[in-house]
Amino acid sequence: MCEVGEDYREPAPAGPPPPRPCREQKCVKCKEGLPVVVIRAGDAFCRDCFKVFYVHKFRAVLGKNRLVFPGEKVLLAWSGGPSSSSMLWQVLEGLSQDSAKRLRFVPGVVFADEGAACGQSPEDRAKTLAEAKLVLQTVGFPWHIVALEEVFSLPPSVLRCSAREPVGTEGAYKAAVDSFLQQHHVLGEEKQSRPCPQHPQGRAGPPTAGQTEALSRLFNSVKTLTAKEELLQTLRTHLILHVARTHGYSKVMTGDSCTRLAVKLMTSLALGRGAFLAWDTGFSDERHGDVVVVRPMREHTLKEVAFYNRLFAVPSVFTPAVDTKAPEKASIHRLMEAFILRLQAQFPSTVSTVYRTSEKLVKAPRDGCAAGTPGPRCLLCMCVLDVDTADSATAFGAQTSSQLPQTQPPVAEAEAPTVSCCHSGMGRAQHCCRMEADPRACDPRACVTAQLCYGCRVNMKDLVSGGPSPAREQAGAGLGLRLRSPGTSGSSLLQPSLDPLPPYILAEAQLRSQRAEAEQEIQERLLEAEDGARPGATSAEQAHEDGARPGATSAEQEGADGL
Amino acid sequence: MAAPLSVQVEFGGGAELLFDGVKKHQVTLPGQEEPWDIRNLLVWIKKNLLKERPELFIRGDSVRPGILVLINDADWELLGELDYQLQDQDSILFISTLHGG
Repeated sequence: MCEVGEDYREPAPAGPPPPRPCREQKCVKCKEGLPVVVIRAGDAFCRDCFKVFYVHKFRAVLGKNRLVFPGEKVLLAWSGGPSSSSMLWQVLEGLSQDSAKRLRFVPGVVFADEGAACGQSPEDRAKTLAEAKLVLQTVGFPWHIVALEEVFSLPPSVLRCSAREPVGTEGAYKAAVDSFLQQHHVLGEEKQSRPCPQHPQGRAGPPTAGQTEALSRLFNSVKTLTAKEELLQTLRTHLILHVARTHGYSKVMTGDSCTRLAVKLMTSLALGRGAFLAWDTGFSDERHGDVVVVRPMREHTLKEVAFYNRLFAVPSVFTPAVDTKAPEKASIHRLMEAFILRLQAQFPSTVSTVYRTSEKLVKAPRDGCAAGTPGPRCLLCMCVLDVDTADSATAFGAQTSSQLPQTQPPVAEAEAPTVSCCHSGMGRAQHCCRMEADPRACDPRACVTAQLCYGCRVNMKDLVSGGPSPAREQAGAGLGLRLRSPGTSGSSLLQPSLDPLPPYILAEAQLRSQRAEAEQEIQERLLEAEDGARPGATSAEQAHEDGARPGATSAEQEGADGL
Repeated sequence: MAAPLSVQVEFGGGAELLFDGVKKHQVTLPGQEEPWDIRNLLVWIKKNLLKERPELFIRGDSVRPGILVLINDADWELLGELDYQLQDQDSILFISTLHGG
C-alpha cells in the first residue's frame, strides 16, 4: 500500500512463477490417476474424477435452485453446438440412472434451423438437418424441429407475458418431490422408465421459398453484425417460446456456459441492456411469465465442455452461425469475446470473476413501480421497460424526441402499404390520428420504437434499408461502447422501413399503441369529468359513462367522418 | 537434429472450416535441424495446412485464445504447452470453443 518514503521506481521483486501442472503429478482428487485435463488454475483431474466433477456440477446447479419440479415438462433448446449437446447428454444420462439420483422431469428437445439467416444453401441445410435428426433419434426424447422462417406465422400473443402461478416455496418443492416419489413407489418400477419416445413431432413441413426469401430479406436489411446477432437471438427466443407454449412446456433449458455468460454480461453492458443483466445472465429468467428459461450449464466453462464432449464422445452437429469466420471487430459480441478470452489466457480467473459478479445481481423492480404492477414491457425482449419517456433531459428523451420527422409528410398516405396507425381496422371508430397534438402517433416506426427498451431501440435503428447509422460505425472501431448523441440519429436522412419485420411484431405494436390511446382518452375524459362536475357525484358518473362508451365524444365523430 | 515424424493432426469445434472442412490430417513432418515441438508444428501448419484466415487460428507464436490443444487426448497444459516435444504417432487435436453454444 502507499507509504511515505516508498520508492516506486524499484521493480517489485519477482517471486517464483506458480508451479505449472505437469504429467508427473497425480490427479488432485483421487491422487492416483493420470491427469488428463487442467481445470481452473492448476487443478489436474484424471478422466474419471473429471467426469464425476462435471456431472456433479450439473446436478448441483439444478438441485440448489429447486426450480424444476418433478414431472414437469422441460423443453431443451438444442442448437447442435457443444454446450447444448452436452446438456442434452447430461439430461439423458441423468434420466436413466438408478432411482435415487434420477432426474425427474419430462424432457423434449427443440432444434431451430437458422440456415436461412446465415445464408446457408438448401443442400447444406438439408444435410445439417439430417445429422441433427440422427442425434435426436439416438437421444430418444420427443423432438421438435422448427425453421426460423416460422416466425412469419407467429401470433402476436407470443409477445405477451402470461401470468402464472406463484413459484412454490422451499416447502412446496420438497412436498412435490416426496409426493412424486410416493406415487412412483405405488405404481412400480416399470412405469419409471424414460418417457417413451412419442411419435416425433417433427416439423410442419419445409418452409416455403417465399418465407425463406422474406427471412433473407430481413437479415440482409440489417447492416451491422451486432444488430443481426441481436435480432437472431430475439427471433429465436420468440420461436422457442411459442413451441414451449404450444406443447405445454413450462420450462426451457438453454445450454449457456459460464464463458458464454461472462461474455454476454459484458456485451449486454455495451449494448445498453445493463438494466436486464440479472435476467439475461442469471440461472432463471421469468420474464415471459408462464415459461421460465433456465440455464443449467452456467457453471461449466467452455473448456470443460469441450473436454467432456471429446473424452466421452458426446455427439454434436456443427451449424454455421451469422458470425462464422467474422473478423474480430465485426460486432460488439466478437470484440467482447476476444477481449474476455485474451484476458482469460493471462489471468485465468477472469471468467469466473465475471461469473461470480453476475451471481450477485438481484432482480429488483424499478423504483416507483408498485409491487404487482410492473409497468409496460419491451415489445421485443419483454423485459420491463427501462425508459422514462417523460424525462427529456436524458439521452433517451432526446433520442425519442429526435424521432419526430423533420417535416410533416402526409404520413397516412405514404405509409399506406405498410402498417398504418391511422387505420384501426377493428370496426370501432377510434381516433388514433392526433396530428395536432402528437405527430409521432402517426408514424408507425415511432409507434414501435416507443414500446422498446433502450437496447432494443438502438438495435432497431440498424434496421435500415440505406446505410448503417454513423454512431454504430464508430462503435465498431472502438471498444464497442455505444454513446448515443441526439444529433446523429440520422432519422432525417434515412427513413428506415419496418416492412421486413415479421407481422406479429408490427401487429402487437399496433395493438398496444391503440390500447394506450384508448386508455389515455379514458383518463382524459375522467379528468374532464372530475373538473367539470363539482356538485355531486351523479354528473361525474354520467360523464364517466359517456367517456367510457365509445361513440360519445366529438373527437370520435371526427374519426367517424374521416373513415 | 530431428528425424522425420508422422503425426495425426485433427481439428474440431469449427476449426476445420479453416482447413477446407477436413478434420483429420495424417502428416509427415520432415527432418530438420530444430527438434519438433508444438511451436514449430504451428508454424508448419500455418504454412502447409491452413487455407485461410490465419488470424482466426494463430496469434503470435501460439494458438488464438479460445482454441484448446489436446495431445494424445490430454490437456497440453500438462505437457508443457508450446514446448512439448513431438513424438512419432502422436495425435494433436485442436478444438475451437468459440463457435456454437
